[in-house]
Amino acid sequence: MQAKFSAIFLASTLVWSLSSAAVAGPREDQLAQYAVAAKAENPAFTAFSAQRGKTLHNQKFSTGKPDTPSCTSCHGTNPLAAGKNATGKVIDAVAVSATPTRYTDPAKVEKWFKRNCNDVLGRACSAVEKGDWLTYVLSL
Amino acid sequence: MQIPYRPLALAALAIGFFVLVLGRAQAGGGNYYTPVADAVVKAECGSCHLAFSPAMLPASSWKRMMGELQNHFGEDASVDAATAATIEAYLTANAADTGGRTHSRKLLRGVSLASAPQRISELPKWVDEHRKVAAWEWTSKEVRSKSNCVACHRDAERGFYED
Repeated sequence: MQAKFSAIFLASTLVWSLSSAAVAGPREDQLAQYAVAAKAENPAFTAFSAQRGKTLHNQKFSTGKPDTPSCTSCHGTNPLAAGKNATGKVIDAVAVSATPTRYTDPAKVEKWFKRNCNDVLGRACSAVEKGDWLTYVLSL
Repeated sequence: MQIPYRPLALAALAIGFFVLVLGRAQAGGGNYYTPVADAVVKAECGSCHLAFSPAMLPASSWKRMMGELQNHFGEDASVDAATAATIEAYLTANAADTGGRTHSRKLLRGVSLASAPQRISELPKWVDEHRKVAAWEWTSKEVRSKSNCVACHRDAERGFYED
């Protein structure tokens, strides 16, 4: 009886951990890291929100560079369509459904957050903002 | 054996003539600049604009630019040290006055290497070639800026800059 229970418990734990491993990829890992950082920034943090990410993406800031008041200035108003930057270069759509190869390189994601948040917001994005935005583009 | 002096002399003359005349012949009519062949350089330098051929600026220019990446024409384009080293090595090795010499002869006319020019669009030959483009065309939606070569030079990514 005891042995049977242990066996079932062990088996289910194994299945659970393996399924998590199968699900976890670089995107999920990065989001998890942002979640930890977000919690450190604000203990009241619970979860990322795609809706907040959408608001951030479309918001107009006056604190950044005058040519890029919003993320949409270069990425365009439709996240499923390609954008165009100031030099005329085409930028692949930010939505993962449109550009499936995006966000698999955490260093690259961080690099662009650093550059773009500085240009648009005039400051670095917080962990919550980064997580919200990633959640938004992953949900489209 | 009798040496055929006259045929040999005529042959030498003919070869000499063709070497002189065709020696300067280039595919693309002289407006070809070797496109970036290094994957890292192409990815980093091409992330916001066409990865300009290193043959378009002297090595001194590339060196200066790599040292000022945090203020790259108003943007912070800095990369990690290892990547920066790779990029700088490639650019300086293929620059207009080094590896890219065969293509850049005309472009470097009137350029002081010591001044390390930063803008390809300010080189005398560039200005000359683009005189016919009206000011309003540069700011049009299709073009947007002078760094957007592909707007008109469709084959720029392959190195060709014919009209």
